[in-house]
Amino acid sequence: MTAMQPGEQRDEVEMLSLMLLIRRFEERASQQYQAQKIGGFCHLYIGQEAVVTGAVAAVRDDDYIITAYRDHAHALARGTSANACMAELFGKATGCSRGLGGSMHFFDRNNHMYGGHAIVAAHVPLAVGMAFAIKYRGEDRVTLCFFGDGAINQGAFHEALNLAALYKLPIVFICENNLFAMGTSVKRSTSLKQIVDRAEGYDIPGEIVDGMNFREVRDKIAEIVDSIRKESHPAFLEVRTYRYRGHSMSDPASYRTKEELEKYRLDDPITRLRAQLTREGKLTNEQFDLLDKRAKETVLAAVKFAEKSPQLPIEKLFDYTYVDGAVAAGVSPAKSGESAAGTAAISEERR
Amino acid sequence: MREITYRQALNEALAEELERDPDVFLMGEEVAEYQGAYKVSHGLLQRFGPTRVIDTPISENGFAGLGVGAAMVGLRPIIEFMTFSFSLVAFDQVVNNAPNMFTMSGGQFNIAVTFRGPNGPAHQLGATHSHATENFYASVPGLKVCTPATPRDAKGLLKTAVRDDNPVLVLEAELLYSSKGMVEPPDEELLIPLGKADVKREGSDVSVICYAQTVPLALKVASQLEEEDISAEIVDLRSIKPLDEKAIFDSVAKTHRVVIVEQDHPFCGVGAEVCYRIQKNIFDALDAPIIRVSQEDVPMPYNERLEHAVLPNAEKLIAAVKQVCYA
Repeated sequence: MTAMQPGEQRDEVEMLSLMLLIRRFEERASQQYQAQKIGGFCHLYIGQEAVVTGAVAAVRDDDYIITAYRDHAHALARGTSANACMAELFGKATGCSRGLGGSMHFFDRNNHMYGGHAIVAAHVPLAVGMAFAIKYRGEDRVTLCFFGDGAINQGAFHEALNLAALYKLPIVFICENNLFAMGTSVKRSTSLKQIVDRAEGYDIPGEIVDGMNFREVRDKIAEIVDSIRKESHPAFLEVRTYRYRGHSMSDPASYRTKEELEKYRLDDPITRLRAQLTREGKLTNEQFDLLDKRAKETVLAAVKFAEKSPQLPIEKLFDYTYVDGAVAAGVSPAKSGESAAGTAAISEERR
Repeated sequence: MREITYRQALNEALAEELERDPDVFLMGEEVAEYQGAYKVSHGLLQRFGPTRVIDTPISENGFAGLGVGAAMVGLRPIIEFMTFSFSLVAFDQVVNNAPNMFTMSGGQFNIAVTFRGPNGPAHQLGATHSHATENFYASVPGLKVCTPATPRDAKGLLKTAVRDDNPVLVLEAELLYSSKGMVEPPDEELLIPLGKADVKREGSDVSVICYAQTVPLALKVASQLEEEDISAEIVDLRSIKPLDEKAIFDSVAKTHRVVIVEQDHPFCGVGAEVCYRIQKNIFDALDAPIIRVSQEDVPMPYNERLEHAVLPNAEKLIAAVKQVCYA
C-alpha cells in the first residue's frame, strides 16, 4: 500500500478490494481449518470488514494499530501479505509471526501492526503505552486500539482508559461492538444501555458509528484523528457491527436467531460500498467481479504458499525467548536435553 | 570506593541511566512528587522533570502494561512496583505480555522493560504484603530475575537490567534499603552482569547458597560458625535467572556440603531448582544430602513471634549447617 499524504483519501475501489480480500481470506481460512490445516482457535472477521478498512483508510501508514485476537483483517488491512497471514495460520516459518504466534497473534512491525493479543483487554494498556511513547517523543502519530464489546468489563480496559485520559494521550479506543462476547450478548454482560457511555466516565469524548458503512467509519475516524493530531487527547468510538460466523470455528452461534443474522446480512458492508460506488458510476459489475476474482486468486495462492512453506526448525526453538538468544536463561537444549534447563557457563561461552 | 546505602545505590543507578539514555523513563506510584514510597527515587523528579519521572494512579495492571506497550515501540521503561506484592495485580502484564511478546511476534518485538521494587517479607506486614515473588517469576521463560543483596550489587544489577533488551525484574530487598556497603564512585561505570553469582565469603566446609535478604543472614551465621570451627562459603546467587550454575558447582566441588537458604516458600521454591541441578550435575561431589531453609509453608502471620518462626533465621540456618556437616 502506498504512503498516504495528509488530507488525501484512499481510493474507495481499492478499499472495497481490501474488504473482498479480507472476506475471501476468512472464508478460505475457515475451509482450511475444517481441513485441519490450521490448529488452535480461529476467529473470523466476516461481517466486520468495514470497521478496520474504514479505519486504515482514515490514518497514515505510520500510525500504530493494535487489536485483540480477531486480528487477521487488521494485518491484511495494514498491508501484511495474504501469504504471510495464511502461512501464520498454517504455523509456517514464512508466517507474519514465523508460525510462533498463530491466528490470535499476528504481528507485523514493518507495517506498524502491533498484534494480535488474545487475553481480552490485556492489550489496551499496551496501546496506551504506545500512545505514551508518541507523546513522549513529541510525534504526531496516533494509536488505534481495537477491541470487542467483551473487553469493556475487564479491569485492564478501565485502568487503560483512565491513564490515557489522565496523560492526554493520542489514542482512539475503537470498540468493535458485534453484540456478543463469545456467546454472551452485550445485554447480559454490560450494565450500560450503550457501550460508548463507558468513555464518559473517564471524560473521554465518545461517539457511535455504523460499522456496516465503510464511509461512515472512515469519515468519523478521520475527523477524530485530525483533532488528536492538533492537540493530543484520547477518544472513544463504538462501532456497531456484526459477525456472521460464530465466536470461533467451534461455535455454531446457537445463542442468536436466524432472523437476526439475516437482518445484518442484508446490511452487508461489502454490498453496501459496492452499491454506493455503482450508483455513483465509479464501479461496474464487471469491475467488481474482477476485484472479487483477484481476491479469490490471491487467497488461493496464499494457501499454496503456506502449504509449501517450511516450518521453523526445532533447533531454532530457543532463539525466540530472549533477544540474546537461547543462552540468556542458561538454556542448552542440545546438552541438557531438558525443556528449560541449562547453565550460565554455557551462556558465557556463547556470548 | 565509598560507603553508601542500598537505597542511595539504586537512586544513583536510576539517575545515571536516566541521564545516559533519553529513552529511559521511570514510572510508578509515588515515584515523582512523593519522592518514592521508600525514597529510592528521591530528587529524580527535580532533576529530570515530569516527562521522565512519572507518577501513576494506583493502577498496577494499567501502568505495567503501559510500560510493555512503550517498550514495543522502542522506549526503555523502568516500572516501579511499590512492592512486588502489588505486582500480582499486574501478573498478566508481567507474565503474559512482557515475556511472550518476543516469541509470539517471531522475534519482531522485544520488550526492554525493567520492573523493579521491594520484594520479600519485610517486618510484620502480614500475608498480603510479604510475598517473595522470585520463584513465580523465575519460572516464566522470557523473564530475567535478579535479587541484589548489597548496595554495590543493587547499583550494578539495576543498571545492567535497564540496558538489557529483555524484560528484567529487579527484586530489591525491602529490609536492606538502609543497609550500607562500599560502592565505586559515581564517575566509575558499574555494571554487574545478570547470571553471575558472587562468593561473598570464602569457606571450605559447607556452601551456603543464598540471595537477597538471606545474604546478610548467611554472613552473620558464617561468623558464628567460625567460632565453632565450621568454615562456611557464602555464595550469593545475585541472579535467579539466568542462574550461575558454574559458581554453584565450583563451590560445591570444594566443600561437598550444601545448605540453600532462600526467602521464598519451600514448595517449588528457588532452592528446589538449585538442589535439583546440583544433584543432577555433581552428585558424586556431595558428602551429605542438601538441606533447604526457607519460609514455612504458610501465609505470613502478623504476630511478630510467629513471623520469626515462619522466616528463615539464624537458628534454623545453623541447625541446617550442622546437620549437613554431621557436627
